[in-house]
Amino acid sequence: MMITMENVCKSYRIAKRNAGFHEAVKALFHREYEEIHALRDVSFTISDGEMVGYIGPNGAGKSSTIKILSGILTPDSGSCLIDGRVPWKNRIEHVRRIGVVFGQRSQLWWDVPVIDSYELLKDIYTIPDQVYRSNLDELTELLNLGELLRTPARQLSLGQRMRCESAASLLHSPRILFLDEPTIGLDAVSKLAVRDFIRKQNEKHGTTVILTTHDMQDIEALTKRIILIGKGQILMDGTLEDIKRGGQDIDREVAELYRSYEI
Amino acid sequence: MKKYISFFRLRFSMGLQYRTAAAAGVVTQFFWGVMEILVYRAFYEADAAAFPMRFEAVVTYIWLQQAFLAVFGAWIMESEIFDAIRDGNIAYELCRPVSIYQMWFSRTVANRTSKAVLRCVPILAVAALLPAPYGLTLPESGLHFGLFLLTLVLGLLVIVAFTLLVYIVTFYTISPDGVRIFFTSAVEFFAGAVIPLPFFPEKLRYVMELLPFAAMQNVPLRIYSGSMTEAEMLRAIYLQAFWLAVLTGLGWGLCRRAERRVTVQGG
Repeated sequence: MMITMENVCKSYRIAKRNAGFHEAVKALFHREYEEIHALRDVSFTISDGEMVGYIGPNGAGKSSTIKILSGILTPDSGSCLIDGRVPWKNRIEHVRRIGVVFGQRSQLWWDVPVIDSYELLKDIYTIPDQVYRSNLDELTELLNLGELLRTPARQLSLGQRMRCESAASLLHSPRILFLDEPTIGLDAVSKLAVRDFIRKQNEKHGTTVILTTHDMQDIEALTKRIILIGKGQILMDGTLEDIKRGGQDIDREVAELYRSYEI
Repeated sequence: MKKYISFFRLRFSMGLQYRTAAAAGVVTQFFWGVMEILVYRAFYEADAAAFPMRFEAVVTYIWLQQAFLAVFGAWIMESEIFDAIRDGNIAYELCRPVSIYQMWFSRTVANRTSKAVLRCVPILAVAALLPAPYGLTLPESGLHFGLFLLTLVLGLLVIVAFTLLVYIVTFYTISPDGVRIFFTSAVEFFAGAVIPLPFFPEKLRYVMELLPFAAMQNVPLRIYSGSMTEAEMLRAIYLQAFWLAVLTGLGWGLCRRAERRVTVQGG
């Protein structure tokens, strides 16, 4: 077993107040906090080479899970083991073996050509020359990066940049790939390219992939297993067929599913 | 180690891109230097004996200060680092097998040196050509020059360690503004950026010279301009090393703590 999560809980304290100046002044003296339970008792196991879709409505706890799995967030309780390591305790050892794409953020250096960011990653992960060369060639071809590599990141379109971001996360041949909404805001062509590429990574290198998305076509195209999370709890761990139940339009089916769980 | 050198290299080469900013900086610093020197001249014409430094030493101090403004300017911080903490882009940095502290350290050193390299040469060249007593003079001896270089590097490391503390405090406060303003004004005043420290009253100056702020530009600029005795130089270098150790130790510890309990902002 590669990834196990057991009874993981995480809550955030969030300052809340009503609208308006009066309320803002009041909050100077007395601040109200609300405890948000982002994850309650989350458990699952994922084996080597699996591709798992992690779905749920906004605010369900998907990103918190990914952050815990990638070692950048410490849960309040529960345990998590990935390859025998606790992500947040052996952060540096752990992250050497994983790749992460946060669809809403950028890891490329804004003002320099993409290739410079890649060269930096090469040194950060101490990727051997040969491995770097062959990975870069493979990724360039798969994602059609070509000329993009010589362009500063700030001058790329969103779709172009996301392709470069995906490649950046795979230069060090990670065993596990976490994708947090990797196709957000992409046009049809770029979406297909990114999906195709994720599938090939899994087939060719046996990379374990955990994918969160709101785009059900991503799920259809990529994953067999689906974990549904809502209000911080795992509600379903099954297959695409469990959701579809013969329906035609997957988005409707998923909306129906969310409603049935009242999330 | 190599990865931190790569951070340095990338940040350095990035800094070299901003040529227009450097040209504008050179012009501004040059005129600023001229203005300051004219003000001091007015004071010295009234009574040169009333001041603790020779006029030539003050002039040299000012030219070096302008030339190396990017090394010691307290306000030079990277908005990218603040933004990363505020909007959660720090997530990516935490996903790398690197120490955040060391990475930011090499980045910040690179940012300051790349800015300074572009700016210092033209300012120093012009200042050296100006007629006495308005020009940059040579250091008293080879030893003074060597010590100037050593303390310049130490001073750079001290201010970088200080800047990093501001970044790290932002992990806790989220908004950098308060700490930043406080830090910038404290450094400007106590480091001898506004007025060289010898101009302060005896007792105040004694205390100021012990503070970490005095371990920044104060030491190299005064050694070069020959306004420190041998004993003073030695003590200043020890203090620089001491503050460097204290500040990096403190920053490193705080950073490790922050990494563990940090909340990455945004979804």
